[in-house]
Amino acid sequence: MSQHTLSVLVENKPGVLARIAGLFSRRGFNIHSLAVGETEHEEISRITVVVDVEDLPLEQVTKQLNKLVEVLKVVELDAASAVQRQVMLIKVRADAATRSQVLELVQLFRAKVVDVATESVTIEATGPGEKLAALLGVLEPYGVRELVQSGIVAIGRGPRSITDRALRGA
Amino acid sequence: MSETQAAPTPARLARQARAKAPLQVTGAQSLVLSLESMEVDTVFGIPGGAILPAYDPLLDSVKVRHILVRHEQGAGHAAEGYASATGKVGVCMATSGPGATNLVTALADAHMDSVPIVAITGQVASASIGTDAFQEADIRGITMPITKHNYLVTDAAEIPRVIAEAFHIASTGRPGPVLVDISKDALQARTTFSWPPRIDLPGYHPVTRPHAKQIREATRLISAAERPVLYVGGGVIRADASEELRQFVELTRIPVVTTLMARGALPDSHELHLGMPGMHGSVAAVTALQKSDLLITLGARFDDRVTGQLSTFAPEAKVIHADIDPAEISKNRKADVPIVGSCKDVLVDLIASVDGDIDAGRGGDYTEWRERTQGWKRDFPVGYTVPEGGTLAPQYVIERLSAIAGPEAVYVAGVGQHQMWAAQFVQYERPRAWLNSGGLGTMGYAVPAAMGAQVGEPDRTVWAIDGDGCFQMTNQELATCVINNIPIKVAVINNSSLGMVRQWQSLFYNERYSNTDLHTSHEGTRIPDFVKLADAYGCAGLRCERPEDVDETIRQAMAINDRPVLVDFVVHRDAMVWPMVPAGVSNDAIQVAKDTAPQWDREDSEALPQEQDADHSGDDTTVEGEEK
Repeated sequence: MSQHTLSVLVENKPGVLARIAGLFSRRGFNIHSLAVGETEHEEISRITVVVDVEDLPLEQVTKQLNKLVEVLKVVELDAASAVQRQVMLIKVRADAATRSQVLELVQLFRAKVVDVATESVTIEATGPGEKLAALLGVLEPYGVRELVQSGIVAIGRGPRSITDRALRGA
Repeated sequence: MSETQAAPTPARLARQARAKAPLQVTGAQSLVLSLESMEVDTVFGIPGGAILPAYDPLLDSVKVRHILVRHEQGAGHAAEGYASATGKVGVCMATSGPGATNLVTALADAHMDSVPIVAITGQVASASIGTDAFQEADIRGITMPITKHNYLVTDAAEIPRVIAEAFHIASTGRPGPVLVDISKDALQARTTFSWPPRIDLPGYHPVTRPHAKQIREATRLISAAERPVLYVGGGVIRADASEELRQFVELTRIPVVTTLMARGALPDSHELHLGMPGMHGSVAAVTALQKSDLLITLGARFDDRVTGQLSTFAPEAKVIHADIDPAEISKNRKADVPIVGSCKDVLVDLIASVDGDIDAGRGGDYTEWRERTQGWKRDFPVGYTVPEGGTLAPQYVIERLSAIAGPEAVYVAGVGQHQMWAAQFVQYERPRAWLNSGGLGTMGYAVPAAMGAQVGEPDRTVWAIDGDGCFQMTNQELATCVINNIPIKVAVINNSSLGMVRQWQSLFYNERYSNTDLHTSHEGTRIPDFVKLADAYGCAGLRCERPEDVDETIRQAMAINDRPVLVDFVVHRDAMVWPMVPAGVSNDAIQVAKDTAPQWDREDSEALPQEQDADHSGDDTTVEGEEK
C-alpha cells in the first residue's frame, strides 16, 4: 500500500463531507487522514484526504470522487512538489525534575509550549508527519498523557493555484 | 440521449420563461408548477402527512396525472418502467419516513441499471428535523449511496431550481435516480415561482463527445484485429444508439453480443448477433468473447455475471471500452483504449473513422472469425428439453408468448429463472422492448414496472413475465392497474418455487431444497390461487397447464384489453436455465446442460454436446436445440 494525498475541492454545502466519507467506506478505500476547511472562496471548501491505496484503485477513487455532483476538482499532490503540514497537541508528564529536558526537546523540534501545569506541559507541534512522529518518539519516555492531532493539510509549491483553476472551470 | 428526451435545452427553457412571469404561490404549488414546466405527464405515488401540502395543488393540475399506487416500491418501479420504456424521466412521490424508505429498493435498482427517475419525498418540518419526529427518516442520508444525487430542500425559494437540476442530472450523462426531499414547512411557505430557474451545478459536466485521439486509436485496433467482438451493454439502449450500432455492424461485419441490459439493442434476427453473454449466455456469445482478440465494449461494465472469473475472462483480448461514465472504464478490466463519451457519439465517430480505414484499404478482414462464430451459433442454439408426461416447459410458454405478442410488445421480467428464459427465448427486435432488473436483481420489479411501461406506451401490449415468487412481492399493483385502466398482461411462470434458488440447490446443495417451496401450484396446493386472486382484483384470470393450450390461452389474453389479464402458467418445476457458467469460475467452463460441456473438434467448427459424467442419465437436462 502506498499513501496518496488528494486535494478535493467541493461546493461548500451541507452534507458534502458525508458524501465523501460514505464513498470511501462503501468502495472499501481506507482513509489515513482527513482535513476540511473553507478556502479563499467562501463557496468552495477544500478537503485534504490521505488514502492508503495502490495506483489502480487510486484512479478509481479519483473517478468516483469526480462523479459526485458537488465535487469541483480532485488533484493528487505529489509529496515532492507539495508542502504537507499537520498540527499535534501533546500533553506530556513533566514535573520540576524533567521539565527542562522536555522544554529542550520542544526547542529542538521548534515546537511550542501552550500550557504548563505542575505535573504536565502541553506542546503544540506543526510539521510533516515524520517530524511529528520523531517528536512523539522522544517525548514518550516522559509519559504522553493525551494526544490530539489534526488531519494533514497540503498545498502545491510554486505560484499556481488549484482553486483559481477550479473556479474558471466552473 | 436524443433531442426529445434530453434535459432542458436553453432554447426550450427560454420559451418557457416567456410563458411564465413570477407568480406568488406556496412551495407546494411551486413544486407542481415546476413538474409541469419539466413536462412531467405522470407521477406515481402515495400521499401522507409530510407530503400532503403537495397533493392539494396536484389535484388541480391538468397536465400531471397522479397515479395512486398501493406501495411506494411500486411507485418507484413504475417510474423506472415508464422511463425505460419511453426514455423520458420517470417520477415518483412519497411521504416522509416509511413512505420514503419504501422507495429505497427502487432507487437502488435505478442506480444500478442507470434509469433516469426523480423521486420526490416529503420531510418533516425543518424545525423538527433531527428530533426523531413522527415519520422522520433521514432519507437523504439513507439514499446517498444509491442515488446519482439527492437534495434536502428546506427553503421554498429553492424548489424550482432543485427540480430543474434534478431532472437535468437524472437524464444527462449516465442516467440515474435523483431524490428531492422537501420539508413540510417549505411546501407550506409562500414563495415566488418563475421559470426557468438558474441551474447552478459547477461540478457537473458529463462528457458526451469522445476524444478524437481515442477514436483513432480504437480504429487502429479494430482494423488490426483478427477476432473482434462487439460487447454491447445497456448504455447503447440508454443512449438511443441502436441505429448507429446497426450501421457500425453493417460496415464492419463484426459479430455482436448483447448483455442482459442490452437485449434488443441489435435485432436478435441479425445474422451477426451471437446472443447474450454471461452466466446464462449462449455458447456462441460466451465463447466468442473468450476467444476474441479485441473487445469493442460499448456501454457495458464487465459485470461479474458477464465475465465469470475476471482473471480468465477473454484472456487474449485487447479492450476498447467506451462509456459515458469514466469511473466504469478500467474498473474491473483494464482498458487498452478508454473512450469517455455517449455510445451514440462514440459510434458516429467510429463509423466515420473505420469507414476511412476501409476506403483506404486498411480495413480489417474478419471472414474466418465470422465463420467460426457462425459455426458456434449454428451448433449450439439455446434450447431446452420438453419434459415428459405432458407437463409444461416454461421455455415453451415464453417462446410462444414472443411469437404471438411479437416484437412490438414490451416484455418486463422479474428476477430469476423466468427472467433468464425471457432473455433467451423472447426474440427482441427493437430497443426498449425488454425491461428487467439487471444489476440489483430485484424480485418484484415486473408488475409495477410493466404498469409504468404501459402508462408510458399506452398503445403497446405490455407483458409482465413474472415468477410465482416475484409476483407475490408486488402484485398489489394490479389494483392500481384495474382502477386506473392500465391493462397490463401478466404471465406468471408458476413452478411453485423460488426457481433459481432451487436450481442452485439442485446443482450445488445436493438437491436439499431449503425454503424454496412456495406451494403455489404443486401437490394440490395453490396458495394463493392466482386465478382467484386476479378475480379478486377485478382482472381477468386464466390458467394454462398443458402445452396444447398455450397458444389459445395467450390469444385469449391478447384479446382482453379493457382490464389487466393474469395467466397462471403452471410449469414443470425441475426445468433449469441452461447454458450455465457456475459462479466464480472461468467462462471456459460453460455447460450446455448438467455436467455437459460443449465438445469442440480441432477446428472448433463441428462441435457437439457431449456427456461428461457417465453416471448422468440426462432426464431433462440435455439440450436438444433442434427439437424444442
